Amino acid sequence: MGIVIRNISKCFQAGKDGKEEFLAVDDVSFQVPKGHLVALLGPSGSGKSTILRIIAGLEEPDSGDIFLQEEDVTSRPAHERGIGFVFQHYALFKHMTVWKNIAFGLEVRRRPSKEIRERVERLLELVQLRGYEGRYPAQLSGGQRQRVALARALAPYPNVLLLDEPFGALDAKVRRNLASWLRRLHDEVRITSVFVTHDQEEAFEIADEIVLINRGKIEQIGIPNEIYDHPSSKFVASFIGHVNVLECHAKSGGIFFCHDGVMIPGMKSPGATGEVVLLIRPENVDVSFEHTSDRIPGHIMDIRYRGDRYEIDLEVEGLKVNMKKDKVYGENLNLALGQRVFVRFNRCSVFESEGGHAAIRAKLQSLGYIE
Amino acid sequence: MAFEKSLAEELDTESHRPGAGQRLEFLKRNGVWGKRLFLSAVLAWFSFLVLFPVVEMILGAFRNGFVPFLTALQTPAARHAFWLTFWISVISVLVNTFFGLILALVLAQQDFRGKALVNGLVDLPLAVSPVVAGFMFIILFGKNGWLGHWFEQGGIQIVFAVPGMILATIFVSLPFVVREVVPVLKECGLEQEEAARTLGASRWHTFWRVTLPSIRWGLAYGITLTTARSLGEFGAVLVLSGSIIGSTQTATLHVHQEFNDFHFQGAFSASLVLAVVSFSLLIIMELLKKKQWMIGQGLRE
Repeated sequence: MGIVIRNISKCFQAGKDGKEEFLAVDDVSFQVPKGHLVALLGPSGSGKSTILRIIAGLEEPDSGDIFLQEEDVTSRPAHERGIGFVFQHYALFKHMTVWKNIAFGLEVRRRPSKEIRERVERLLELVQLRGYEGRYPAQLSGGQRQRVALARALAPYPNVLLLDEPFGALDAKVRRNLASWLRRLHDEVRITSVFVTHDQEEAFEIADEIVLINRGKIEQIGIPNEIYDHPSSKFVASFIGHVNVLECHAKSGGIFFCHDGVMIPGMKSPGATGEVVLLIRPENVDVSFEHTSDRIPGHIMDIRYRGDRYEIDLEVEGLKVNMKKDKVYGENLNLALGQRVFVRFNRCSVFESEGGHAAIRAKLQSLGYIE
Repeated sequence: MAFEKSLAEELDTESHRPGAGQRLEFLKRNGVWGKRLFLSAVLAWFSFLVLFPVVEMILGAFRNGFVPFLTALQTPAARHAFWLTFWISVISVLVNTFFGLILALVLAQQDFRGKALVNGLVDLPLAVSPVVAGFMFIILFGKNGWLGHWFEQGGIQIVFAVPGMILATIFVSLPFVVREVVPVLKECGLEQEEAARTLGASRWHTFWRVTLPSIRWGLAYGITLTTARSLGEFGAVLVLSGSIIGSTQTATLHVHQEFNDFHFQGAFSASLVLAVVSFSLLIIMELLKKKQWMIGQGLRE
């Protein structure tokens, strides 16, 4: 295992006099296999950055153990952990050139100057910044600075690479480019990596595995497809993209809209009888003008244009269902307000709820998953 | 390259500071005559306050020619006074740089109970009149003083001797390094230091290679201010020195003495030397301020 963290907890003093306590990380355990790239994904304030800083040794956990490459490093200071850390705001040494920045980790280890020169040149090549070595950080663009930060972190051959919202300070286009570039780079370098992000697309695009964090706790660990298709809780489902929440009824193997009992075609209940909650992603909703046996009738309530896609609100059996379609598809469909359409759910997740809808809603609310 | 965003684009927002435009607008509205009137008023006030006294001092120093000017500076009393000022300043600057730096690091990077109080106390020497400060030291270190009694037994005299003058000078020049370094440290933040730590640098190493270089011009500015203050200190030193000629008389006290004795040549000459040193320090300060600004912007050395 590249990284193992076990039962990590961390409490911060908050408030004016430090009297209030805030549990930032609550008994978190997970591991990262050697050579894997794992994303810590969660909303801001969920404690994901704190976990990363604890792994790095920049923050001390109140309890728990950290192992890097099978070695217990819990009580080791940051500079003896053999890690590389990439900060959201680059944290480049402003008074040093690009070259000096990258060489820093090797120089403090007193490596021979020939080795340093070769290593820095190799890394300049890797991050495609050859020719920029004499510049100061202020003379670089955001994307270039972050690549220097990455080269600097990789220079002293770290065992583990930790990235804290590495693209958070960049604009959308540069961020997309850098993210896919990082994935390619990781395929090349194969260093055990953890990166923190609140951007799901980024996480889904580049991570081998995703650890979902909410309120200092792990919600779910899994490969991106698994998390997307089988969210383990409503939080996961709602965090991973907007999701439709439908309160339904399960009986005799089928699922029905609860209030008047129209069956949802093609849906099978997981065996339960009673009240269930259906989660359906907007992109998994489909409409047609023809009534086939796998569709239910509904109306178009609202159409919003969102630049690259359409967001459409439907009314189906008295429930509101949100649908997303990309621009071309949406225009070809030629929908109009109030129009009668036939709706199909291509894929959805079914959640059982023991105490009925009200009970599970209350529970989810108390957990802060829904409002 | 797809990744690149031009530097110009990034720096562009800087040039559109709202204040600059407003000021220009104000001047335009008031026309050329308003501008001139404004300028001459400022110049007149400046001349009255600064230029005339300086010219008068220079004329005074060279009234009898260059030789008397030099002679006045070479009397044993004058030489000793400058020598003493030099050493008191050197010691004050060293002590205040060392402790000022530590205090600045603590104030900028740590949170603790009573931080606001310490923060306020640092400025106390600026608020308290130096004469009052001097008396505080006399009460504390005098024969019957709380600490003075203790030093007396060890055979060390502080009040009316050089150690007291050094203490007083350190006290009055204490805030400058702290006040100049804290904002620079705050602006730098902790991230660069954290980055250095993750790259394998020890605390010591991080301080020398990352922290100090990023605050060096701010620190130098603070040191320059400390030097200027130490050289020019009068009140506190006067109270604590007893002003014994050739023993506990600094340059400023020497000027005071010469003036009281109607030795105007001596007073003007020593004043001129002090003024020239101060003026040089002023120029150095301006340069340092610019350098620190450039470091803050991340532009070249």
